[in-house]
Amino acid sequence: MQDRVTPLAAVVLAAVLAAGTAAFAVTTDGFTVYTTEGARRASVERDPRPMPDITLEDQNGRILDLDDLRGRIVLTEFIYTRCATICSELGQAFAQTAKELHGPLARGDLMLLSISFDPAYDTPAALSDYAARHGADGTHWRVVRPRNTEDLAALLDRFGVVVIPNDLGGYEHNAAVQLIDRDGRLARVVDYTPVDAVVAEVKPWLDG
Amino acid sequence: MVGRLMLPISWAQLCGAGLWIALAIPPLRAAAEADMSLHMLVQIPLLMLAGWLVVGRTPAPRWYRTADYGGWAGTLVAIFTTSYWMVPWVLDAALLDVRFELLKFFGLPLLVGLPLRWSWPRLSCVGRGFVITNMLSMTAFVGWLYIAAPVRVCVYYLVDQQTTAGKLLLVATILASLLFFLRCLFGGAAAARVDAAERQGRTAFEG
Repeated sequence: MQDRVTPLAAVVLAAVLAAGTAAFAVTTDGFTVYTTEGARRASVERDPRPMPDITLEDQNGRILDLDDLRGRIVLTEFIYTRCATICSELGQAFAQTAKELHGPLARGDLMLLSISFDPAYDTPAALSDYAARHGADGTHWRVVRPRNTEDLAALLDRFGVVVIPNDLGGYEHNAAVQLIDRDGRLARVVDYTPVDAVVAEVKPWLDG
Repeated sequence: MVGRLMLPISWAQLCGAGLWIALAIPPLRAAAEADMSLHMLVQIPLLMLAGWLVVGRTPAPRWYRTADYGGWAGTLVAIFTTSYWMVPWVLDAALLDVRFELLKFFGLPLLVGLPLRWSWPRLSCVGRGFVITNMLSMTAFVGWLYIAAPVRVCVYYLVDQQTTAGKLLLVATILASLLFFLRCLFGGAAAARVDAAERQGRTAFEG
């Protein structure tokens, strides 16, 4: 009752297997990337992305031009100050990173930037409160917000950060530490913990 | 009977087409995609079902049967397509990029429903068992991964939804495994009768 194996059938079967495997390999970037966050990290590492041409406002109400940060390494995290869970973990991890890298920070070779994606709520006062909670000094570690919604959209888009509201009135987002190189390009995205791994990732980028 | 005479296609086919169109209606589509579990466990399987229904009793064309030795080529196409839609970023991309959404709405009916309808009956018993057990373990693995993963695998879905989807995938796997097991235990005689009847029918037809 079974069909005969014709040469055509054998070729078709081989072609389906090859095409299916190839398609899956392309989809997963060689069986390594399965998530949107994984794809973002691979893409950033392959093609560093220039920062959008925008300015930010920090916890002291000072204006910060992203362009002015060129020439040093900048570590960024995205936060919203009302966040009770992951963002305070992120803040603590960032504080620990700051402690480990105090040398380069003090030299001005490195800077930390906590960026709020909730600028409507996160006024300079709220940012200042967050800064005090986590020990951001306002010079080497600044807590900032975009100055309007267009800038916020441009920033999130360029970083590949997706923010969705949760059921508790807060947000969920792909949390990570983003490294901006001396040419002002987003060049690496890494997990914010363990701090040792963050430090190990950053060190080769620094002078000395 | 009158209906059947007047319609060039069957009611089942009509239902399949209706289902396909209904799933594409914007409010329904948005509702199905707003929740990860609905997206993975309702919309995607229904799209496959729509394709399967639309094919109906239309026999596979000659070229298909020639190319599809033992039902394997078509079944493999279906397996690859379902595996593709188990990749979390592809699920994300369907929400963001209309090209992926189109791929989903045409790919799942035409590359899973259709080939399964035509190839599955041609697959040997061992082949079917192999495919079923593989799909079950793959689904269970994805379900477990969604529950155990320390990260959110989809950026467009909340972590709670991911856990729920994982649990439901596990429940679905367990139920399907039970059904498959019961079929293996008690369905043997019935299956043998069907096989015998099919063989007889085919011989009569071919003769």
